[in-house]
Amino acid sequence: MLRRRLNRLFGGDEKRVDSRTIYVGNRPCPATETFIPPKFCDNRIVSSKYTIWNFLPKNLFEQFRRIANFYFLIIFLVQVIVDTPTSPVTSGLPLFFVITVTAIKQGYEDWLRHKADSEVNKYPVRVLEDGQPARKDSEKIKVGDIVEVVEDETFPCDLILLQSSRDDDTCFVTTASLDGESNHKTHYTVPDMEKDLQSLSATIECEQPQPDLYKFVGRMHIYKPEHDPAVRSLGPENLLLKGATLKNTKKIYGVAVYTGMETKMALNYQGKSQKRSAVEKSINAFLLVYLCILISKAVVCTTLKYVWQSQDGQDEPWYNQKTEKEKGTILYVKMFTDFLSFMVLFNFIIPVSMYVTVEMQKFLGSFFITWDRDFFDPEIEEGALVNTSDLNEELGQVEYVFTDKTGTLTQNNMEFIECCIDGFQYTAFSSELDSFCVTDGPVSTFQEKAGREKEELFLRALCLCHTVQVKEAGPDELGGDQVDGPASEPLRPAEQRGFIASSPDEVALVKGAMRYGFTFLGLESKTMKIKNWQNDVEEYELLHVLNFDPVRRRMSVIVRSKSGDTLLFCKGADSSIFPRVRPEEVERIRMHVQRSATEGYRTLCVAYKRLSVDEYAAADAGLREARLALQDREEKLMAVYNQVETAMSLIGATAVEDRLQEEAAQTMEALQGAGMKVWVLTGDKMETAKSTCYACRLFRRSTELLELTVRTLESGGRRREEMLHDLLFDFHRKAVQDAPPARAGVNRSWSSANPEYGFIVDGAALALVMNPSPDTNCSRYRSLFLQICQNCTAVLCCRMAPLQKAQIVKMVKNSKGSPITLSIGDGANDVSMILEAHVGIGVKGKEGRQAVRNSDYAIPKLKHLRKLLLAHGHLYYIRIAHLVQYFFYKNLCFILPQFLYQFFCGCSQQPLYDAAYLTMYNICFTSMPILAYSLLEQQIAIEVLLDNATLYRDIAKNAMLRWGPFLYWTVLAVFQGLIFFFGVKYLFSNPALQDNGQVFGNWSYGTIVFTVLVFTVTLKLALDTRHWTWINHFVIWGSLAFYVVFSFFWGGIIWPFLKQQRLYFVFFNMLSSVSAWLVIILLIVLSLLPDILLGVLRKPRGPHTQQVARLLARPSLLQPSSSGACL
Amino acid sequence: MKAGPSRTNRPDNTAFTQQRLPAWQPILSAGIVIPGFTLIGLAFIGVGVALFVTSQKITDLEIDYTGVAATSPCFKCTSFAAENCMCQMEFTLTTLFEGPVFFYYGLTSYYQNFRTYGVSKDGYQLSGDTYYFNNPQDSCAPYQYDSNNNPIVPCGSIANSMFSDTFQLYQVVNGMKKQVPLDGKGIAWWTDYNIKYSNPALVNGSFANAFSGTVKPVNWSKPVYELDPTDQANNGFLNQNFLVWMRQAALPKFQKLYGRIAEGDYAQGLPAGNYTLLINYSYPVISFGGTKKVVLSNVSWMGGKNQFLGIAYLVIGSLCIVMAMVMLIIYAKYKFTDDDEDM
Repeated sequence: MLRRRLNRLFGGDEKRVDSRTIYVGNRPCPATETFIPPKFCDNRIVSSKYTIWNFLPKNLFEQFRRIANFYFLIIFLVQVIVDTPTSPVTSGLPLFFVITVTAIKQGYEDWLRHKADSEVNKYPVRVLEDGQPARKDSEKIKVGDIVEVVEDETFPCDLILLQSSRDDDTCFVTTASLDGESNHKTHYTVPDMEKDLQSLSATIECEQPQPDLYKFVGRMHIYKPEHDPAVRSLGPENLLLKGATLKNTKKIYGVAVYTGMETKMALNYQGKSQKRSAVEKSINAFLLVYLCILISKAVVCTTLKYVWQSQDGQDEPWYNQKTEKEKGTILYVKMFTDFLSFMVLFNFIIPVSMYVTVEMQKFLGSFFITWDRDFFDPEIEEGALVNTSDLNEELGQVEYVFTDKTGTLTQNNMEFIECCIDGFQYTAFSSELDSFCVTDGPVSTFQEKAGREKEELFLRALCLCHTVQVKEAGPDELGGDQVDGPASEPLRPAEQRGFIASSPDEVALVKGAMRYGFTFLGLESKTMKIKNWQNDVEEYELLHVLNFDPVRRRMSVIVRSKSGDTLLFCKGADSSIFPRVRPEEVERIRMHVQRSATEGYRTLCVAYKRLSVDEYAAADAGLREARLALQDREEKLMAVYNQVETAMSLIGATAVEDRLQEEAAQTMEALQGAGMKVWVLTGDKMETAKSTCYACRLFRRSTELLELTVRTLESGGRRREEMLHDLLFDFHRKAVQDAPPARAGVNRSWSSANPEYGFIVDGAALALVMNPSPDTNCSRYRSLFLQICQNCTAVLCCRMAPLQKAQIVKMVKNSKGSPITLSIGDGANDVSMILEAHVGIGVKGKEGRQAVRNSDYAIPKLKHLRKLLLAHGHLYYIRIAHLVQYFFYKNLCFILPQFLYQFFCGCSQQPLYDAAYLTMYNICFTSMPILAYSLLEQQIAIEVLLDNATLYRDIAKNAMLRWGPFLYWTVLAVFQGLIFFFGVKYLFSNPALQDNGQVFGNWSYGTIVFTVLVFTVTLKLALDTRHWTWINHFVIWGSLAFYVVFSFFWGGIIWPFLKQQRLYFVFFNMLSSVSAWLVIILLIVLSLLPDILLGVLRKPRGPHTQQVARLLARPSLLQPSSSGACL
Repeated sequence: MKAGPSRTNRPDNTAFTQQRLPAWQPILSAGIVIPGFTLIGLAFIGVGVALFVTSQKITDLEIDYTGVAATSPCFKCTSFAAENCMCQMEFTLTTLFEGPVFFYYGLTSYYQNFRTYGVSKDGYQLSGDTYYFNNPQDSCAPYQYDSNNNPIVPCGSIANSMFSDTFQLYQVVNGMKKQVPLDGKGIAWWTDYNIKYSNPALVNGSFANAFSGTVKPVNWSKPVYELDPTDQANNGFLNQNFLVWMRQAALPKFQKLYGRIAEGDYAQGLPAGNYTLLINYSYPVISFGGTKKVVLSNVSWMGGKNQFLGIAYLVIGSLCIVMAMVMLIIYAKYKFTDDDEDM
């Protein structure tokens, strides 16, 4: 923010104007008398955060901005400055450790970024200088330079395409790394460009850099010596974006318009915002509570100290005189330093080590996801990927799942399934046969075929009506369609022909035609070649391509056959084709189309039209004119298209299957069983999406569908707004108000007899809800809409723009109770929702890697989501929740005796424990067992978790970290703290604890308390551990042994660096006292009793816990031996 | 499947990475807990009984000699004017006080655990390092140097406030006072006496010379090398009473060992009879509301008399038994129906 503002301040005049002027080739132009080379930023990309010089201060600054680190720094400084009971080392050492480790980690990450940056910045490029390409580093490119790019290279900056090696003045690029679309896009050179770039004298006027990838407005002035300057308008089709890759084109020249950090790619690069998990928020809340406890403890002690000192003779008893310095200090200063000292004494209650342990747990724990073989997909030979380990536990808290359809629920692997020609159905089963055979579908009883002519016409249409290109490559590289992206399926010999197309459907269709015997051979200089059944090559001259666009939802080609016929082939969605063909033909096909659609296939209708010479001439003229129009080109083209594509005759329909992902239905069922609500957000059309939902069992037969789509909105014949109003209220009444109130709705709806609702909404309707026109009183629409959605078992949002997807996620995320949301998707269009949701999951699909890169977790297949959430998420949540509670607990019962001791030492800040124990308690004695627990614990076996999705509900809504459990742990800690302290205190009513009559002092007291403490908290964890691997055994018993060994060691040697040998032989003497042993055992047992008791008496909650017990084939709660005893 | 390097992508199939380490999965079921509680209860009751009986057998006798009340023989010594004040406390034993008898003095409201008090000593000095004789550590302030800027040895508040009352115990036999010998050896921790504290090396064969240039603590009447005029070895930092005092008490009410009665006629204990305790009263406690007492006690394997431990064991032991019973009843009543199908 600040930087942007500064930029605006210092950016100079250049920034303020709306457009920039670029001199092509940085040559002065005749029109402008004075050539002032404009200043633009260079082409250097900087994504790193630090330099060598600013690393230390900047990194330290950033680290200490974290409230916890800052707090520990303050404590440390207080210890250094004020005379405090414990040495600065006790808190300085852990803090130093944490800061160093974090700095090293961040430094390393930044070093990687530096490396990546310099790789990009030093990448060699060729810039035209005096007509000759000169090699340069990429970072040296200036705005206005003419850059040469060859095939398969990425563009080093945003370029205006001036010249292409292709003779049709186009070039192909793929923008996979920008928006994830791996198809080939066609870009055009500036019209009527001269061949000699050296003599080109032109300026480009274009807008200031802005992040929208699909918008660009500019003008090019071309100056020729003898003519008036020509003006060419520039659009996004002329702009080659940095990051895109040149394909299928030998070489292009372009002039740089935006460089470095001003390229659209750089502007689009948004640092992933830090996502914080609900657990972290709980930690912060608990921290606040503990901070309050800490401060109140310090206040209480300070107050008591001064109250106590005001009594006669207690302020300065003769045996403990004050020093001169103490006497000289002002009372209030003394009080303040006393307060600080108490803070320092009790500061261990908020342990720095908790942050370290939590971080370590998250970091190490995330490896279990990457290591999981169940996530390994042999097809792409990859497993799961963890981009953020901060959210592991959030996986166990998901309430809403937003899933993309194409590529996520479905495979995005289009396969030609069947077609229907003239009302007769054909399937693509026996494709090897040369003959075009009829199948045994439901309609096959007719056993009739359409006429041979029709069949041929249909197949020709499939072969001609597309924009597919044949991959021009050697035989080795054949196969593997480009559409399939980097992870192409294994070769299939029958289809060793690579096709490149902007949509996978087209490839499927062309391949389908190929199976039937009509092979598309390629397009060569406007001539399309196809091989027919007779293995003859038919040639057609391609006259026009009427491009596909989502509004028309169809595309056409106009071709001329050898015989001179001019034909128009058109294919498109049924809704857009049917009105344009003769009505009598429709009925025969409509049935097939609908049946195919309900089976979840993507259907297209194919139509054709024979154009007479006059008709063609008119169309040709119209198209040419519209293409050259400078203004409203789109609208004009659309008008001509619509005019041409009329009165066609329907030939047939195709059905392409986008198969469901493996186990998609089971996964969805499991998620719903786990209490999650699944919303499907897709850009696809409603019918297809709906059938996918049925196939995934998101909608069932019993589900009542509520539709809020353009169709229902317009059905009433009234204004959309009114209709929207009515529908919304109607649905709201049905789904929300009429629903039984006591419906533990969210939890048990699937088993109850209540009607289930499915809600369908489309993009247009959503836009109406989200951005209602101002005149209506519809601020309520949003909340109504949200309530309806929340009361439906499944919601389908179709025809969504990427931004709308994010909008929906945001709406749910910010709704009441702020539920945890998860988005899963595979394509670039899902990135926005992946970034928006609490947890973003990328599917390593076929639509590029954009989603994976922006996700928090990436999995190869949708089916893996089940284990990721139900097993990993559940376990991680239990682990971290327990970790957090345990940490607070063990530090409260650590510090409470020290607090209580103040009442018995005149509130003089005398520490109860030795400094070594204070420091080591959190670092060594009690840290490893909980870390091992938080990595390995499986209270419920993974198989059981997977089989019983309902178990997921037990931990929903942050169940283990709410105030209830927190209170339990706190009470337990207080109880134990009291027991530790007072148990030992009563023992010390007679400090002669040895059989030789010798007495124990204060350090023995502290050591006994500490021993009880260490054993109790460790054994408490042992009690909670349900899954004892050898590691758990090792660390739990190991830490206890370590404590004993350390104590022997620490007390067994006179340490020369210590001023006072406080603990010298204290531990030995303690162990030589039978009473000390007995009190230690007594207090440990007493402290653990309530926990054991609760553990036994806690009634199994709900039916599933018993179910689990049974599933685990464990002995029932009462074992035969004891049951026999009581019978 | 393609062979070669791609295979390395596949995660390792080890028990650890797949979270399938063999594990013991205990469940706190009633079948374990009820017998467990019963066993623990029984064991605790057993220990409790032993402790209780032991503690009951220990006799102790407390004699408060603060002298707050005007009737107390030591009242005269509480005024400031009294110097070298001696007072006598009389007591009678009706039965044999079994030996060995331990002689403690006790103080109340005395905060040896004040933080500033506790750090006010110089460990190096006390380990006999003569460098620190002349340069006591700052932590000893305000008992670091005296008003003439001479270093104090041993410096610091703890040493300065060393308990200075002395006691003599007499048995009155036939009207005659017969001194009961108090053995002041072996009352400090062995390690304190032998390792942690040590005296400086002799200078010119004289122990006192080792302390030349230093002064005694302000409140002391004798320098540290003359603490025990009767036993040359019991002087300096190794004076047993000094060592006992230097080990700070944990709580403001404490007692410290003064001596043992284990010699001569009294090896078996103090026989029944009348006794006189002669106190050289010099240690002021009234200014801060404290009291002084003498405790005569014998000890057992568990140390001095302490009812707490025995009672606590008995209570918790019975609690365990009770809980085991309650659990048994609860499970007998409610749980069998649920578990039937499993059995």
